[in-house]
Amino acid sequence: MATLRIGNAQGFWGDAADAPLRLASQAPDLNWLTLDYLAEVSLSILAKQRERDPARGYARDFIDVIESLAPLWRSDRRLRIVSNAGGLNPQACARAAIEALRKAGCENLRIGIVSGDDVLPALLDAHRTDAATSAFAHLENGRRLGAVADRLVTANAYLGAAPVAEAIRRGADIVITGRVADPSLTVGPCLAHFGWAADDYPRIAGATIAGHLIECGAQVTGGISTDWLTIPDPAHIGFPIVEVLDDGACIVTKPPGTGGHVNERTVKEQLLYEIGDPARYLSPDATVSFLTLRVVDKGSDRVRVYGASGTAPPTTYKVSATVRGGFRASGTLLVFGRDAIAKARRCGEIVLSRLKEARCEPARAEVECLGSGAAVPGVLGEARLDAIETVLRISVADPRREVVERFTREMAPLITAGPQGITGYADGRPAVREVFEYWPTLIERERVRPSVEILEV
Amino acid sequence: MPTLRLSELAYARSGDKGASANVGVIAKTPAAYDFLRGELSVERVRAFFEPLGVGNVVRFELPNLGALNFVLTEILEGGGSVNLRIDAQGKSLGQAILEMSIDVPATLLNEGTRHE
Repeated sequence: MATLRIGNAQGFWGDAADAPLRLASQAPDLNWLTLDYLAEVSLSILAKQRERDPARGYARDFIDVIESLAPLWRSDRRLRIVSNAGGLNPQACARAAIEALRKAGCENLRIGIVSGDDVLPALLDAHRTDAATSAFAHLENGRRLGAVADRLVTANAYLGAAPVAEAIRRGADIVITGRVADPSLTVGPCLAHFGWAADDYPRIAGATIAGHLIECGAQVTGGISTDWLTIPDPAHIGFPIVEVLDDGACIVTKPPGTGGHVNERTVKEQLLYEIGDPARYLSPDATVSFLTLRVVDKGSDRVRVYGASGTAPPTTYKVSATVRGGFRASGTLLVFGRDAIAKARRCGEIVLSRLKEARCEPARAEVECLGSGAAVPGVLGEARLDAIETVLRISVADPRREVVERFTREMAPLITAGPQGITGYADGRPAVREVFEYWPTLIERERVRPSVEILEV
Repeated sequence: MPTLRLSELAYARSGDKGASANVGVIAKTPAAYDFLRGELSVERVRAFFEPLGVGNVVRFELPNLGALNFVLTEILEGGGSVNLRIDAQGKSLGQAILEMSIDVPATLLNEGTRHE
């Protein structure tokens, strides 16, 4: 097979639940489906679930996806899956998947489990040995681990494609991983299929680009594009497929008959999504340069992307750690009428001053008047302050839960004591949520031992 | 000199990277790229996003894509899970920069805004 067809049908945890089955049905020649469930702090949520039940700690939605795909496997369709749905507990995720598959009458499938990404013990050890350690400092602001060590919840290295490829070589039809770099979910099948050497960086760079392009699902098929309003049939937007070639080049496309579009613009926009230095895009599989890339629109929702250059990856893995960071809540009310913005601002002041008087002043607070350019306050000038209505949004955060609780009771009184035209309290009190801070850091590669296990359904 | 909105010359995409955000600006034509390379300086972009409390602005050029990538450090203070603002992830920054007013030479009016 000269071309490997890899799709993505889950760009994040919460993406369209029926997308995997839809994409698999719309693209009968698809070889691999990648499903991404883990954002930066997702693992902290999974840690809370695992605390309550040791058999949890993975993305349960993935098991529903497996059930939805079971009829395909029963009909002998060779569709294979790579997903980081394993979260903090890939073993438990694999067991649940096996149970679901057996119940659905699927046989002769192999589940690969990739783990070894959990490096929390290394961080805790480093701090125990030396409370002032400079190891595992915050990658962006240089803060030392000691500042947060007693609040650490999770720490996981972004593994690369090698253990994914190993699971595939050992026959896995479904590869369930913990934390793996998003593009590596795509690179793994390419390594296994094409037999590229682990240091064939130009090819790996190409596959990394392919993975980067599809890892956010519909974002490359017209989702969040600048010209979104003009995309065809957005209600049925297609999920992306990359057709990867042996030289690492790819065609980005989507199934025929689906909504959205894939063109030079959508591909260029997604290439630039969440990147830093385009000459040094760091993945665990290669250091990739975007500066030699070529993007050629072939028409009919097919865009060829080629020419990536690659060199050796860093000698460290990136680690995403999470840290307990207190509590937060946000509440909204609609203020309608003349001087809506001024009235809403005053409502915000009232709530914050009442909290202060109750000795519940939150560590952080934000008052926003949505509809006045509040997403980028001040950037677009004062021109939007004459709105006839605004959504007043008040948010607070504090290490003490009771302070945030108190805030949630201070919104409702405005319904009767606030300005004429204040409304929109149907949702009741705002919910108090726990905050998890993101702590990016690095770990030497040789300190991390990825492991691969194969189970039979 | 005629004044245009940046959206007539370029399209954009933004997102978060920890407490930083990036804004990619992709010119609609090679002529627009050449012009914007001079016009969208680090200083200009920093001044534009100043009200949001941006730290450093680092600019990267991608001539092969006709694009500029701006990394805005510390603009999402605390990062996505901590920042209390409605747009904690910088998703709106691309749309915001496209609102920028730009004085353009008349010659660019046809060459810069035509779609590819």
